[in-house]
Amino acid sequence: MSEIAFFGAVEIGLVYALVALGVYLSFRVLDFPDLTVDGSFPLGAAVCATLLVAGVNPWIASLVAALAGSMAGLVTATLNVRFKILHLLASILTMIALFSVNLRIMGRPNVALLMQDTVLTPFYGLGLPDHVVRPLVVLVVVVVIVLLLSRFLNSEFGLAMRATGVNARMARAQGVQTDFHIYAGMALSNGLCALAGALFAQTNGFADVTTGIGTIVVGLAAVIVGETVLPARAMLWALVGCVVGSILYRLAVQLALSADAIGLQASDLNLVTAVLVAVALILPRMRLKAASKKREAAR
Amino acid sequence: MTITRLFLAAATAAVALTSAAAFAQTKTVAITAIVEHPALDATRDGVIEALKAAGYTPGDTLKVEYQSAQGNPATAAQIARQFAGARPDVIVPISTPSAQAVVASTRDIPVVFTAVTDPVGAQLVRSLDKPGANVTGVSDMAPVAEHVALIREIVPSVKRLGVLYNAGEPNSVSLVKALKAEAQKAGLTVVEATATKSADAQPAARSLVGKADAIYVPLDNTVVSALESVVAVGQQAKLPVFSADTDSVARGTVASIGFDYRQVGRQTGEAVVRILKGEKPGDVPVTFAKGTDLFVNPKSAAAMGVTIPEAVIQRATKVVGQ
Repeated sequence: MSEIAFFGAVEIGLVYALVALGVYLSFRVLDFPDLTVDGSFPLGAAVCATLLVAGVNPWIASLVAALAGSMAGLVTATLNVRFKILHLLASILTMIALFSVNLRIMGRPNVALLMQDTVLTPFYGLGLPDHVVRPLVVLVVVVVIVLLLSRFLNSEFGLAMRATGVNARMARAQGVQTDFHIYAGMALSNGLCALAGALFAQTNGFADVTTGIGTIVVGLAAVIVGETVLPARAMLWALVGCVVGSILYRLAVQLALSADAIGLQASDLNLVTAVLVAVALILPRMRLKAASKKREAAR
Repeated sequence: MTITRLFLAAATAAVALTSAAAFAQTKTVAITAIVEHPALDATRDGVIEALKAAGYTPGDTLKVEYQSAQGNPATAAQIARQFAGARPDVIVPISTPSAQAVVASTRDIPVVFTAVTDPVGAQLVRSLDKPGANVTGVSDMAPVAEHVALIREIVPSVKRLGVLYNAGEPNSVSLVKALKAEAQKAGLTVVEATATKSADAQPAARSLVGKADAIYVPLDNTVVSALESVVAVGQQAKLPVFSADTDSVARGTVASIGFDYRQVGRQTGEAVVRILKGEKPGDVPVTFAKGTDLFVNPKSAAAMGVTIPEAVIQRATKVVGQ
């Protein structure tokens, strides 16, 4: 693995870490399986790219992109909470609608940003090579968001949101307005995914309507791999686990890309990636089993 | 003394090895596509064919690396980084998102993109003639000039060319712009009719009756999805309908010229060879793919009141409806 490929994997892992954090919020904290992310990720890319082309400041464009993602999350939450549509179906409806919305926003299937100023532009040419600058800038964004999220989830409001996910009836009995917390959580979750989309568009030079495909799978894989390699009770470490899981997932893809050395073809990529992630999930469990057997034998 | 001799021997061996490597001149070409797809796969095979034809033998003087993103743009970005790190002699990205990801990842490795419709719009190059920097390639924009020539050959009396499209589709809008430029060169006037939804295609086609001598349908999703209704108007009014894509010929248009993507790949491979031989990508102009597939539908032509000249039928790759 070359240095550029390694930093590339870390960079894309960090961008998708925001998706993982969003998925952690909906899937783990709120217990809301949310497929909206397949639409809110490209929505963020589309909004950000369109604004950048119109000459808006890159940070403001990224922020507006995140807000657009929050709106999408609110739509899904409304369909579910207000109109009682099953969460999975509600999120699928928002996701497919977003495909058309994204096409409308961009006015075409692909908007190029290769010659536009992005949040990264001021950091290029400060002496570090581009492939190091990109992950560094994204890292700063991710660290800030992890710290903010950790504070948020440990606040009274955040604790109420966690209670909503664990046991909504109990939370309501304690005076928590569960509906409101679902709205807030879904908005936050999809806002993060849209921000990831905005960063992806800026680091890779394009927004494309197809960028959303498989986002939820990548996010879930990152969350689960993170939980496996970094089993943690404290909220901060659980969030760090999402980030680590996302980077590990990208490194697995990187390994899969180099798998031709053992006779695999380019078309086997998805299979190899799935196997690598499965192994990452199974190994710690086997180690745990072996350890408990040892303990029993020692007894 | 012995140490010096050892050192000398090692140095000689090293020199011998490097000169052997220089003699072999192995070149590495890294190819990536956004997804496996018949047209994209044919493009890749065409690139390798052209390299072979120029004397680069895979496994001997040429190392070809191929990666597919399996439809996932994040993977495409990662492949771009991998190639940027592996430093091949040329990177060949197939399709727009793959090309953008590669161009975003390297500023010095030569890039020859292919199967990109609008390279300037995709910000891969600033200009087609003098791309500059490290990027050049082949565009698969519809061969509008060839289409105009074909229409004039089949309908020599054509003066006014009707074009039927949805003004809300950016691809169609840019194609109509190119069509106007080509028509002007050929001394034709373009008459526009727009449809915002499929149901509007038929009335829009009718509006061209009497105002145009032939109808041209670009690869427009709205109009192509209602193609049969346009063909019906053509038959009733004896107004020949042509299409930008060859697939529509079987559905009733008179004729079209499209791409053989293996040929597009060969054209791309020729640009790669120029760069392997030492030319700078920035000095190699972006070229447009040449349409080599000619599809004709004589039965439809007869229904629309025209006869396809024997010369055209003779060189057609496919005669539909016989």
